[in-house]
Amino acid sequence: MTDLCHNVWIYIAVMAVVTYLIRMLPLTLLRKEIKNKTLKSFLYYVPYVTLSVMTFPAILYATRSIWSGAAGFLTALFFAYRKKSLPVVAVCACAVVFLLELAGV
Amino acid sequence: MTTTEKATKRITEENTHAPTDRAQQFKEGLRDGVPIALGYLAVAFTLGIQAKEAGMGILEATVMSLVNVTSAGEFAGLAIIGSASSYLEMALSQLIINLRYMLMSFALSQKVETTLSVPHRMGIAFGVTDEIFGISAGREGRLSPFYNYGAMSIAIPGWTLGTALGVLMGNVLPESVVSALSVALYGMFLAIIIPKAREDRHVLIAVIVAMAASWICTKIPVVREISAGTRIILLTVVIALLAAIVFPVNEEGDNHDRPVS
Repeated sequence: MTDLCHNVWIYIAVMAVVTYLIRMLPLTLLRKEIKNKTLKSFLYYVPYVTLSVMTFPAILYATRSIWSGAAGFLTALFFAYRKKSLPVVAVCACAVVFLLELAGV
Repeated sequence: MTTTEKATKRITEENTHAPTDRAQQFKEGLRDGVPIALGYLAVAFTLGIQAKEAGMGILEATVMSLVNVTSAGEFAGLAIIGSASSYLEMALSQLIINLRYMLMSFALSQKVETTLSVPHRMGIAFGVTDEIFGISAGREGRLSPFYNYGAMSIAIPGWTLGTALGVLMGNVLPESVVSALSVALYGMFLAIIIPKAREDRHVLIAVIVAMAASWICTKIPVVREISAGTRIILLTVVIALLAAIVFPVNEEGDNHDRPVS
């Protein structure tokens, strides 16, 4: 890059420092168990809510067609409901998407 | 740093895991990290292609991925580098896009032993990504840092290597394979969410509401312009808070899966 005012390495350093602080501060500063019932409940729901929001509808648009994405979603739902392990659920979803797209869906 | 001073005090009273348990935790993390690494490989590959287009060399792109380990943040970062925006804009964009990691780190702080030392906390903090957070939040009982180290030791190389390969090889990997691999991460998320939703009806309701709200937010005019990162934070805070108010967890805190007496 020829831009003299902006160095790529400084950009990367700024990104890395900001991102790490975000990840590190709550974990290191919050060392006690939270007693507040609402806050405790809030943190109990956070992982499931945030993963749900990230998964849907993004999974529908992750593949080449909305139909293969939807099929991948349903496949993952099925195997997750059967309590299969993480790799099994992930691989089955990928396989269904791959085969469907191979078949032109 | 005061935190490191506290750390040395803490270390003496740290509840250390037995070596065999550490190895077992590491192994399990490694196992669960494999699909994450595969998914990362595919996503980072596309990131590498974009990094090249933004004018980055292989060394720069690889280091960026190694020290950041964040898909949305890095994609946004590339746009900023490409347009030669200010460092302040870079800092702000990362803060907003990656703010969800703060929530995750906050949640993990309640999942590890309260006596866990600061160096371990700083260690697992580096690997708080959507996916590694997902699998560690899904662990039963207290979280061992060695589980995270196991997952990180395969997922982070996957992410970094994928970026390097993307810069090097561009569009060599068939599009069909990239397309299929891109559902791997979501498949894993579902493997974390669904079993819990099956046993806890309140989680099930929260999950359905979250997915529906997320879908609606991508459809409504104006609201759909909000970036994915911001949408994730806002919806998570609102829905998790509503769930906490409507369905507070019992005093024992069933997030540790204690048997109900």
